[in-house]
Amino acid sequence: MKPSTLRRATALSPLMLLLMPAMAFAQSDTPVNAADVQTDLNWVWVMVAAMLVVWMQAGFAFLEIGFARGKNVGTIVAKILVNFSICAVVWWAVGFAFAFGGGPAHSFWGDSGFFLTQGNTINSTSLVPGEVNGGTYTFFFFQFAFAAVSLAIVWGSTLERIKFIVYPIYAVVFSAIIYPFVAHALFAGNLTPFGYGVQDFAGSSVVHLCGAVGALAAVLVLGPRRGKFGPDGKPRAIPGHNMPLFGLAVLILWLGWFGFNPGSTLNAVGSSFAQVAVVTNLAAGAGVLGATLTVLLVLKTLDVGMIGNGAIAGLVAITAPSGYVSPLGGVIIGFVAGVIVVFSVVLIEKKIDDPVGVLSAHGVAGIWGTLACGLFTTKDLALDNQKAGLFYGGGLTQLAVQAVAVLAVIAFVFIVSYIVFKLVDVTIGMRVSAEEEEAGLDISEHGMYGYPEQFIPEAELTGYNLSPVLTSASAVAASSSPQEA
Amino acid sequence: MKMITAYIRHDAFEPIRAELLELGFPSMSIIDVKGSGRQKGVTEQYRGASVTNYLRPKLKIECAVADGDVQAIVDTILKHARTGNVGDGKIFVSPVEQTYRIRTGESGEETLQAHPDAAESVNG
Repeated sequence: MKPSTLRRATALSPLMLLLMPAMAFAQSDTPVNAADVQTDLNWVWVMVAAMLVVWMQAGFAFLEIGFARGKNVGTIVAKILVNFSICAVVWWAVGFAFAFGGGPAHSFWGDSGFFLTQGNTINSTSLVPGEVNGGTYTFFFFQFAFAAVSLAIVWGSTLERIKFIVYPIYAVVFSAIIYPFVAHALFAGNLTPFGYGVQDFAGSSVVHLCGAVGALAAVLVLGPRRGKFGPDGKPRAIPGHNMPLFGLAVLILWLGWFGFNPGSTLNAVGSSFAQVAVVTNLAAGAGVLGATLTVLLVLKTLDVGMIGNGAIAGLVAITAPSGYVSPLGGVIIGFVAGVIVVFSVVLIEKKIDDPVGVLSAHGVAGIWGTLACGLFTTKDLALDNQKAGLFYGGGLTQLAVQAVAVLAVIAFVFIVSYIVFKLVDVTIGMRVSAEEEEAGLDISEHGMYGYPEQFIPEAELTGYNLSPVLTSASAVAASSSPQEA
Repeated sequence: MKMITAYIRHDAFEPIRAELLELGFPSMSIIDVKGSGRQKGVTEQYRGASVTNYLRPKLKIECAVADGDVQAIVDTILKHARTGNVGDGKIFVSPVEQTYRIRTGESGEETLQAHPDAAESVNG
């Protein structure tokens, strides 16, 4: 473009902008319907939220990488990618249908919508028969992102010793059966203890507790890492190799949660998602403060990992109540979660080797968050078939409803998961050999290192076919590092 | 006086260290080394190409002791470092001319004496 043309275009552009709305109207004869705009706004918001939730996979990857040793990091990258992809395909084929494909009231699974073939609404908790449209895709994609998060949570307890083959096997069962059944019971409203609806706004139980119970079943079959428990039976620390990556992961998850909870409004009506976002953020902050104070008072240290776990615990705990409680409720729920997670990590560590603290940050905090609805849900935010919490004049009813939901999730997920893992262990074996564990999963399972320079001496990486350029005096001088000198 | 130099697998170290401490020998140095022997190399696959790494990671222990203590220490290392597979490593025992304790300036074999109460003082 010549400079003169550019100048003319720049001068014209404000005029063009003024003309554009008129042009848009001119192209379409039908007038814009306010309801359609609202619908599209809803879908746009839920899709943005879904993408934030997808981004949480990065958070789980780096959280685990940071807490693993340097010889077991490449395997986590491969694991996250493969699990996420299996979930994508299986969720499309059957998972979504089992979870949200309607079915009779109080059924265990949905019976329609396999391969995404029916449904036309996003505003309800399950598909309404009809043609697949943008709303269906939005709802499908949002719920897929949730299923993938739940699956990612499972593996945190299994780091550094599990065979890669276990991932795809369990991922299929989890994405097809375990998660969809739980989502069908709680998200789609088919479990109604004592006739009341369970309050799990974004899935403290459905997503986090479900994943954590899978993690518990896995670790019970798998056993601890070599060297985790000394000859005296006491736990020994196996420090992760990168706290900065862990910190980045916590912040990625924190950001992702603004899709997770506020997106669970499933609409943009009245911008109620903004309140959910504020409540979520307050709980996360309170979780950090609760964990920081607790770890300082009890363990007399400002443990970086524990402070990060506090954020995760606060976020997990507020996931169920985020749409039902006031900002003050969010602060209290998050703070308590931060306190609980420290004690939980220390207690569980005594007997079970859970490298990233899944069982505490997602399991125990998930239980607390689900039960907290029965305490803190306000009258005006409770739905028609639900009660307010104990502290808001609703009595003990909703608390009992929440407790039943927690027990149901634990029982179902644990039994199915334990059977699957036990079968895998008996047939293929869950664990790598002691020698492979010592060498690290990167080289033993994948044939390559996450950090090659740490494991392959520079002398061998250089090789023996030195080109004339490399053998010149300057290159030799440049490549002799202080270590070799 | 002898210098015991042992090349071992990493996971053999902790039991060796613990038992030597019990026996009264807390003093040693370790160095992360890479070396080759009869153990096969590890081939790294990287996007279709490969590079074989013949130098395997080992731990080198250096421990200077009085002549009478050599056998006890060698036995401890043999006991814990042996898996029976190629790659368990080697132990070398070599003479030491003289030793000095820097803190006091003392010299000779008494600077290498075993410390029977070492485990208590270190663990306590």
